[in-house]
Amino acid sequence: MSYWNQTCECMPREEMTKLQSERLVNTVRKIYHNVPFYREKMQKKGLEPGDIKGVEDLSKLPFTYKQDLRDTYPYGLFAAPLSEIIRLHASSGTTGKKIVVGYTRNDIEKWSEVMARTLTSAGATKESIIQVAYGYGLFTGGLGAHYGAEKVGASVIPISGGNTKLQLQIMKDFGTTLLACTPSYALYMAEELEEAGIKKSELKLKAGVFGAEPWSAKMRDEIEQRLGILAIDIYGLSEIIGPGVAAECPCKCGLHVQEDHFIPEIINPDTEEVLPHGSKGEIVFSSVTKEGMPLLRYRTRDISSLEYGKCDCGRTLVRMNKVSGRTDDMLIIRGVNVFPSQIESVLLELGETAPHYLLIVDRVDNLDILEVLVEMNQAMFSDEVRQIENLEKKIKREIENTLGISAKVRLVEPKSIQRSEGKAKRVIDNRKI
Amino acid sequence: MLVKQISIFLENKSGRLAEVTRALGENDIDISALSIADTTDFGILRLIVNKPEKAERILKESDFTVSITNVIAIGVQDKPGGLSKALIILDRESIGIEYMYAFVSKTEEDALVILKVDDPEKAVKALKDNGISVLPSSQVYKL
Repeated sequence: MSYWNQTCECMPREEMTKLQSERLVNTVRKIYHNVPFYREKMQKKGLEPGDIKGVEDLSKLPFTYKQDLRDTYPYGLFAAPLSEIIRLHASSGTTGKKIVVGYTRNDIEKWSEVMARTLTSAGATKESIIQVAYGYGLFTGGLGAHYGAEKVGASVIPISGGNTKLQLQIMKDFGTTLLACTPSYALYMAEELEEAGIKKSELKLKAGVFGAEPWSAKMRDEIEQRLGILAIDIYGLSEIIGPGVAAECPCKCGLHVQEDHFIPEIINPDTEEVLPHGSKGEIVFSSVTKEGMPLLRYRTRDISSLEYGKCDCGRTLVRMNKVSGRTDDMLIIRGVNVFPSQIESVLLELGETAPHYLLIVDRVDNLDILEVLVEMNQAMFSDEVRQIENLEKKIKREIENTLGISAKVRLVEPKSIQRSEGKAKRVIDNRKI
Repeated sequence: MLVKQISIFLENKSGRLAEVTRALGENDIDISALSIADTTDFGILRLIVNKPEKAERILKESDFTVSITNVIAIGVQDKPGGLSKALIILDRESIGIEYMYAFVSKTEEDALVILKVDDPEKAVKALKDNGISVLPSSQVYKL
């Protein structure tokens, strides 16, 4: 078993608690002074930085919600001046506006460190050739994996997502040993390899680090078998740092949280009370080493549970179980976070009231397909086919611009989308993950 | 002179056309001409009926998306070249035709055609000035 940073990854619990406490105290003091938003939130609770003496006081601190990032858009939660920020990434917000995250040079360094731990755990070394097929750009996946792979000293192929033919050719010709992408894309590549008549014995692929979307144990088996590799689950979210918040070791018994940087808690999403170890609930993170945008008790909306105790791999880092669902209506489609409300904001621009709509998500040949049904109304209707087709195209274009992924748009008759009492049903997810 | 056509949005699924004709039939509305423009996913049903306003109201009550458009009904000689005579006139006047379709029934000597053009008033005048029979709406609704 190899580690990137054995001291931190195998630290005894007492020492870890001490380290987390020191870091939490520092972070709270810093953001109290530098971020008016947190100062006000703490003052409302009658808290001063001195009241937080260690991790045992974590539950006294206020939560941070996705809405807070929107309300303070774009830079309101930054704890460092822009002169110190060297990178900006963004992910989907619940409406048209993105969530912005900023990194200082040290933050990029820490991010590389946690990704280096993840990749090393999956077997990466200086000798490795790592193909990064996560998207590069505002999305944190590509660059996150890239910096971690460089830190390890591997040879990095920054191919980004898409262009499967080229991916396969490079994988074969360059002798890729480790693949980083979404699990559904890995399966798609496996299929295309078979299609192209390339045998796994012709490849040097040994492992894959797959994340950015939920996947099942069955899918892992399929990837491992078809590609002949070790498939590792990786978890992260831009708000906390990006990929590398947690990742599996080869024991595949939960994802080790890099808890010297990100302290996890499990809460009841309705009452917000902290749940005892082992309970299932919403996972919440406090980033305690970040400088650019440290967050306190960020509500991820992901459902998981935590397992303490030493792992067979030797790591003592707490393990979070594979995310089993969401406490909101967010969907992950082709690795991209999608909120139904984003579709609504697109449709609202068509008229005074948004027409009824329904998202249908399916997985065909291992690729996610999004179809948006929109109910025709008087204001949108025309007696000419051309006008209606133009409208369809316009909706499709606007949705693609907003979500960053393509969608099929289908206009349907009024009241043909089922109405439900209370909360409208906006999504049918037919994917069998 | 202009005739009111009703257009209805239909999804391409079975039974929808039957539903429209049923609603109209039960309410004593007579269809004298129809056409369907269809794509993979949807169709637009266009109808000439004897009571367009009533038809619109009834269909809206049945949750259909309906609109009323002004079109022209003309009678052309039912023999080779009959239609082209009318179309040449419109072309000469630079009047564009959005779509057209033929009537179910016809008068004694003429074949009847419905035209949707970009400038209906101008089209009616040009056609009449050139001896093409343009049917008044009152006559069309009775067909």
